Amino acid sequence: MVEVMPEEPHITVENLTMAYGDFVLMRELSYTINRGDIFIIMGGSGCGKSTMMMVLIGLKEPAKGKVFYKGQDFWGSDEDTRNIIIRRAGVMYQSGALWSSMTLAENISLPLETYTDLSSRQIHEVVRLKLALVGLAGFEDFYPAEISGGMQKRAGIARAMAMDPEILFFDEPSAGLDPVSARRLDDLILELSESLHTTMVVVTHELASIFAIGNNSVFLDASLRTMTATGDPKKLLAETQDPTLRLFLTRGEKA
Amino acid sequence: MARPGELIFDQPLEGTLAIRISGSWKLHKDLPSVDAISRQLEQSPGLQKIRIDARDVDEWDSGLLIFLGRTLELATQQDLELQTIDLPDGAAKLLQLAVAVPETKDARKAPKPKTFFVHLGDQTVDFIEGCGDLLEFVGEATMAFSKFIRGKAQYRRSDLALILESCSGQALPIVTLISFLVGMILAFVGLIQLKYFGAEIFVADLVGISMFRVMAAIMTGIVMAGRTGGAFAAQLGTMQVNQEIDALKTLGISPMEFLVLPRMLGLTLMMPLLALYANVMGVLGGALVGLGEPNISLIQYYHRTVVAVSLWDLGIGLFSSVVFGVIVALSGCMRGMQCGRSASAVGDAATAAVVTAIVGIIVSTAVITVITSILGV
Repeated sequence: MVEVMPEEPHITVENLTMAYGDFVLMRELSYTINRGDIFIIMGGSGCGKSTMMMVLIGLKEPAKGKVFYKGQDFWGSDEDTRNIIIRRAGVMYQSGALWSSMTLAENISLPLETYTDLSSRQIHEVVRLKLALVGLAGFEDFYPAEISGGMQKRAGIARAMAMDPEILFFDEPSAGLDPVSARRLDDLILELSESLHTTMVVVTHELASIFAIGNNSVFLDASLRTMTATGDPKKLLAETQDPTLRLFLTRGEKA
Repeated sequence: MARPGELIFDQPLEGTLAIRISGSWKLHKDLPSVDAISRQLEQSPGLQKIRIDARDVDEWDSGLLIFLGRTLELATQQDLELQTIDLPDGAAKLLQLAVAVPETKDARKAPKPKTFFVHLGDQTVDFIEGCGDLLEFVGEATMAFSKFIRGKAQYRRSDLALILESCSGQALPIVTLISFLVGMILAFVGLIQLKYFGAEIFVADLVGISMFRVMAAIMTGIVMAGRTGGAFAAQLGTMQVNQEIDALKTLGISPMEFLVLPRMLGLTLMMPLLALYANVMGVLGGALVGLGEPNISLIQYYHRTVVAVSLWDLGIGLFSSVVFGVIVALSGCMRGMQCGRSASAVGDAATAAVVTAIVGIIVSTAVITVITSILGV
């Protein structure tokens, strides 16, 4: 039962080049993330997946090219406009990046206190709901250091969802998790996508996750320093002729 | 004990350099090197092939692999074919593994030898950039402060309260100890000279004026640089490593307002109070030593201090301490925010914060002293 929705571009990347000083990491990247997609940024280690995300969320300026959010030029705008655009997105960082001096409840309520005029009682309700959604009900008063790595990641998702964002970014959600926790996290992403219709951008190289959740993707080839494919990862696996991508998607097993 | 590794050249035949290796090819300083082969290649031009016969190798480890790898490189460079005979199975596989992924040429960070002038130029550019960064940071901090004045800054009052606490109450024991001892030291040193003139009572002037005017502010400044400035840098640096600062930025919350502002405010507010307290402690320390003299009484010491220390001395001391508070907080926060993304970068940031703060304190003391002596106050 798949809901058919008109494809509406949410994020468009045009002719993007990323570089650290003189070292060009990736060049000529162009792809489109549609509204409601679970979009996978995939590629081998060190190919620039995380840097790609940094560019999309406004932390690293691209060397060349453009990123459009619903048609609005992201890096061409001034900093205030960028802040407003990116405020509609939530980001889950690789390590969770929860503010260590605050409890989980304070972590989640900070954006709400900053950008909404909700009463503290309402904020408390929102915090409880978001923690419950990621299966952490009752952990409001714990500090990030007091919970496990997997729980920190889930709390990171809860914080990313605090403002009911239109886009959620995930940096390596399953890295460092045991298979079962990683699977639960995938299920969580799927459920959130289905129920909230949030656009999800997931940076990962976990094959299981890629096929389980992704319905659109871009493959960054570390040796060619550019993207070699974009589209549904399952279709890519079925149709690709590119040996590097095939190797990646089949875990190096020869067909 | 196995025979040592040996390398024997057979007579070149039909353009083939035949090499026999034998014995123990374990990593060892006397292992034959590939240079022997390159010399042999120079002596006999017109070769097309190198053949290595390894049937007499008894044992091997990375030593053999390095030798084979280098030989392969040499052969590739000179367009020769490399043939190996009876290579131990494992060694052949490992050699294949090592050459399977070609070296990423532009990834290697070649430490280019720099001439003196290049180095000087780099350093100058770095210095100018550093000054620019400092100005930018001061500017951003000022903007954040002006937002705070207008009541628009985003920060948590509970953070400010915690920082106020750690900059005041928690710093009292060490400030007490240091300033009390400095007062005692000043009195001891002063008394030795003053005794020659029979003017022991003037030790109260000496201790009082020097504590109120400079010493209390400098000593609290240095204690706070080590204690709080370093801690600021380490806290912010760790947050940088953990991506916590990124997380703030993507929420559109300015780290300047949220993290730097409360720290700057807290320390700058508390420094003059600490300096005031250090004044009292220093005078008490001096008095303890002074009272050891038979002809100084507590009342006398008190009166001498009150007469000697002017309001100007107190004012200059408190002004200095505010300046030091800004310097310590600024250098701590700036180094923390500039921190790289590794554990050692956090250590470097903390060190740099303390060093910058102490240098800043001494330099600004010199400036303040020159200005006050020109003004004659």
